[in-house]
Amino acid sequence: MKGMIDIVIALPEVFLATMAMVLMMVGVYAKAQRAYSLVTNLTIICLLLVLGLIIFGKPSATFAFNKLFINDAFAQFVKVLVVIAGILVLLIGDKSMKDQKIARFEYPILLMFATVGMMLMVSANDLLSLYVGLELQSLSLYVVAALSRDSVRSSEAGLKYFVLGALSSGMLLYGCSLIYGFTGTTAFDVLPDMIAKAGDAPLGLLTGLIFLIVGLAFKVAAVPFHMWTPDVYEGAPTPVTAFFAAAPKVAALALFIRVAMGPFHGMADQWQQIIVVISILSMVLAAFAAISQTNIKRLMAYSSIGHAGYALIGLAVGSERGVAAVLIYLAIYLVMVIGTFSCILCMKRKGEAVENISDLAGLGKSHPAIAIALLLFMFSMAGIPPLAGFFGKLYIFLAAIEAQLYTLAIIGVLSSVVAAFYYLRIIKVMYFDDVDEPLDQKIGRRIGVVMSVSALLVTLFILSPAPLVDRATAAASVLFKG
Amino acid sequence: MASLHILSIIIFTPLVGVLFILLSYSFKGDDEAIANSARWVALWASLATFIVSLFMWAQFDSTRADFQFVEKAEWIKSFGIYYNVGVDGISLFFVLLSTFLTPICILSSWEAIKKHVREYMIAFLVLETFMVGMFCALDMFLFYIFFEGVLIPMFIIIGIWGGPRRVYAAFKFFLYTLLGSVLMLLAMMAMYLTAKTTSIPQLMDHDFARSVQIWLWLAFFASFAVKIPMWPVHTWLPDAHVEAPTAGSVILAGVLLKMGGYGFLRFSLPMFPLASDFFAPLVFGLSIIAVIYTSLVALAQEDMKKLIAYSSVAHMGFVTVGIFVANQQGVTGSIIQMLSHGVVSAALFLCVGVVYDRIHSREIADYGGLVHRMPKYAFVFMVFMLASVGLPGTSGFVGELLVLVGAFQASTWLAALIATGLILGAAYMLYLYRRVIFGELTNEKLKSILDLNKREIVIFVPLIVVVIWMGVYPTSFLEPMEISVTKLIVEYDKALSLYEAASNPMVK
Repeated sequence: MKGMIDIVIALPEVFLATMAMVLMMVGVYAKAQRAYSLVTNLTIICLLLVLGLIIFGKPSATFAFNKLFINDAFAQFVKVLVVIAGILVLLIGDKSMKDQKIARFEYPILLMFATVGMMLMVSANDLLSLYVGLELQSLSLYVVAALSRDSVRSSEAGLKYFVLGALSSGMLLYGCSLIYGFTGTTAFDVLPDMIAKAGDAPLGLLTGLIFLIVGLAFKVAAVPFHMWTPDVYEGAPTPVTAFFAAAPKVAALALFIRVAMGPFHGMADQWQQIIVVISILSMVLAAFAAISQTNIKRLMAYSSIGHAGYALIGLAVGSERGVAAVLIYLAIYLVMVIGTFSCILCMKRKGEAVENISDLAGLGKSHPAIAIALLLFMFSMAGIPPLAGFFGKLYIFLAAIEAQLYTLAIIGVLSSVVAAFYYLRIIKVMYFDDVDEPLDQKIGRRIGVVMSVSALLVTLFILSPAPLVDRATAAASVLFKG
Repeated sequence: MASLHILSIIIFTPLVGVLFILLSYSFKGDDEAIANSARWVALWASLATFIVSLFMWAQFDSTRADFQFVEKAEWIKSFGIYYNVGVDGISLFFVLLSTFLTPICILSSWEAIKKHVREYMIAFLVLETFMVGMFCALDMFLFYIFFEGVLIPMFIIIGIWGGPRRVYAAFKFFLYTLLGSVLMLLAMMAMYLTAKTTSIPQLMDHDFARSVQIWLWLAFFASFAVKIPMWPVHTWLPDAHVEAPTAGSVILAGVLLKMGGYGFLRFSLPMFPLASDFFAPLVFGLSIIAVIYTSLVALAQEDMKKLIAYSSVAHMGFVTVGIFVANQQGVTGSIIQMLSHGVVSAALFLCVGVVYDRIHSREIADYGGLVHRMPKYAFVFMVFMLASVGLPGTSGFVGELLVLVGAFQASTWLAALIATGLILGAAYMLYLYRRVIFGELTNEKLKSILDLNKREIVIFVPLIVVVIWMGVYPTSFLEPMEISVTKLIVEYDKALSLYEAASNPMVK
C-alpha cells in the first residue's frame, strides 16, 4: 500500500521512465525510416502528459520512498520548466537531426531519460537520490553530445563532457561521503539538525560542502568549472546544444538552490562567499570571453555561463526574495535561449548547417522574420527593457541590493554592459552588414511556431509579469517554511 | 477627465500605427506601394497622437501644481509596482515636444529613406511611445523601462540608416548610455527598498538621509550626465548626430537630450535636494566648461552637423546651470531653454538635411552663396540660426535670459562665464550662416540646386511658428509650468533649511 502511494506521489517520474522504456521498444520494432519520427512524436505526447501530471499533482510537500523523494511547489515549478524545455527542443530539432543524418530514435529516448534524471534531481531529499538523479541526467547527456558519430567535434564534445563530468561527479560524491562521515546522515531533513549539533562547522564538513559545490558548479557551468562548456556546446549537434543550454542548466541551478537553502542553510555564511566569487567570475569572464568569438554556438556557451553567473547572484543572496528572483530568471532565460536556438537552427546554406556569426550577415534583408525574432532575443539577453530579460535581471539585482551585496550588484550591471556589446554585434551583423551569401529560405513550420511564440512571450512579458512572479515567489517560499 | 485615459491614448497610439504597419507584412505587393502605405500610416498615427496631446494641453489646469490626468493600474502587485502616469507643469511640454516633433521627423524622411521604410517607421513610432511614456511615468521602474527602451529603436535607426561610420556611432551611443543607466537602476532599487514605494510623487515626499542622497545622486548623475550630455561624457553626441539620418538627429537632439534634463528635474532636485545643493558647484563647473569649450570646438568645425551637435552641448550647459541654481527663474529658464532648443536644433538639423538631400555633402566648404538660388531656405535657416543665437523675439532668448537671471542670483561669476557662451554662440552660428548662405555661388554642384519644395515648407512652417510664438508670447508656455516649478523650488528650499536647522541646533 505504501509503495503504491509512493508511486502516485512520484507519478510523473515513474510514468516518464516507463514510457521511455516502452518507446524504446517501439523504436526497436518500428521500421527504420519511420522510427525517429514516430518515437519523437510519441515522446512529445508523453512529455505533454507528464506536464499535465506535474501541474495537476498535489504538491504540498509530500515525501516518498522513505523520504528520499520530495514533491513540493518548488520542485513542481522547476519540473514544469524542464519538461517544457524538452518538448520545445524536440520540436525545433526535428529537421536539423534529419539533415545531419543523425535522426535516430535513441535521441528522444535519451532525452526522456535525461528529463527523468533532472526531475529526480530537483525532487531529491537526500544526497544519494540527488546523485542518482544527477548521474542519470549526466550519462544520458554524455551520449547525446556525441550523437553525431561521424563528426570529430561531436565525439570530442562527448568525450570531454564525459571525462570532466565524471571527474566532477566523483568530486561531488566524495563531498557527499565527507558530509556523511561528519554528520552521520545524508537526508536533507536531518542534516540541518546534525549540522547545528556539530556547532562550529568542522573542517571535514566544510570540505565536504566545498566538494559538493564544486560538483554542482561544474553542472551549472560556473567559472572556474566551465572549461567544458564552449567545446561541448560547439561540438554537439545544435538541437542537443539547445537542450544543454536550457534544461540541465535550469535543473542544476534548482538543485544548487535546494541544497544550499535546505540542508546547508545553517552554513550560509560559509558558502555565500564562494557563491559570490563564482558568480562574479562567471559574469565577468563570460562578458569578456564572448567578445572575441566567431562561432555562434560558442558564443551561446559563454552567454549561458554569464547567465548562470547572474542566477547565482540570487543564490548568493540566500533569502526568499533571492530564490524567487532566480526562478523568475530561469523561466525567462529558458524562453530566450530556446528562441535563440530556434533561430540558430535556421542557419543553413544549401542544406549544410553553418555556425559562424558572419553567416548571419544581411539577415535583416534576406529573412526579415528570423532577424526580428533574433533581434528581440538578443536585446532580451542583454537585459534591455521593455523585453523580458530585463525583468529577470531586475529581480536578481533587487534581491542583491536588499541583501546589501552592493559590490556584487555593481559588478553585475557593469558586466552586463560589456556583455551587451556582443549581443549588439549579432544585431549589427544581421542589420548593418550586407548579405554575402544568403541562408536557405525554407524553415520548418515547427521551428517557425516555436520562434514566434518565444518572441511574442519575450516582447509581451512586460504586459503581465505578475503570474510568473507570483508563482515563483510561492515556489520559493516553500523552501523557507519551517 | 481622468477617466478618458488621455495619457495612455497618447502613449499607445503610435503602437496602434505599428500594428497596422505589421499587418502589411502579410501582403505581397509592389515594394513602393508598401513603403508608401507605411509612411502614411506612420504620419497619421503620429498626427493623431499630436492632436490628442493638444487636447490634453487645452484641458491642463495651470492653477494646480500636482499631477494631472493621473492613471494608476496594478502591474506587479507583489512588489508594489504600478502602471502610473500623469503630467504636471514640468512634463506637459516635453510630452508636447515629443508628439510635435515625431510627425515632422516622419515627414522629413519621406524621400530620404528608401530602403526598409516599414522598419524605419516602426522604429520611430516605437520611439515615440517610449519618449512620451517616459515623460509621463509616475512610477520609478516604469520611468526606467521607457528611459532605457529608447535605446533600442535609436540604435537601430542610427545603425541601419546612418552614415559611413554609423556602426561605431551606434555602438558608442548605446553602450555609453547603457553604462550610466544601469547604475541608475541600482540606485532606484536602493530607493525602492528604503522608501518601500516606487511611486514618484511619494518618493518626492520621502526624506532620504544625506549620506544616502549623495550616493543616489551620483548614480543618477552618471545616467543623466551622459544623456544630456555634459562635458566630459559628451563624446558620443557628435558621432551619433553626424552619423544618424536627418530625422534621427532631429529626434535625438530634440527630445532624447531633454530626457537627461527632465531626469534632473524629476529626480535629482526633488528627491535628493541636499546632494543637489552639495554637488551644484561641480555641475556649474562642468557646465561652464561645456559652454565655453564646446562653443570653441564648434567654431572650428568643418562639418555642419558636427557644428550643430557641439552647439547642442553648449546649449544644454545653460540648462544644467539653470536647473541647479534652483530658483524660479533658473528652473523655468532651463525648461524653456530645453523646449526652445528642442525645436531650434531640430529645425537646424532639418535645414542641414534639406541641403544634404540635394548634394549629399555636409562640408561647409562645399557650400556658399545659397541665397542666390534658395532664398526661402535662406530665410528659414536665418530664423533658426538667430533663435539658436538667442535673438530677442525668438524662443532662444527667453530661456537664456531667464537662466542668466537665475544664475546671477546664485553667483555673478557663474552668470558672467556662461554669458560668454552667448557671444561664442553668436560667433559660430553667424560664421556658419555666412559661409553657407552668403557669398559667391562658386560650387558647380550648387548651380542647379532647387529651393524648398512644398513638403519641406510644410515641415518648417510649424517650427517657425513655434519659435516665434515662444519668443514673442512665452506666457502660454510659462504659465502652465509656473506653479509646478514654484512647488519644486519651495520643497527644495524647505529641505535645505530643515537640514540647516538640524545641523545647527544653536541657530534656532
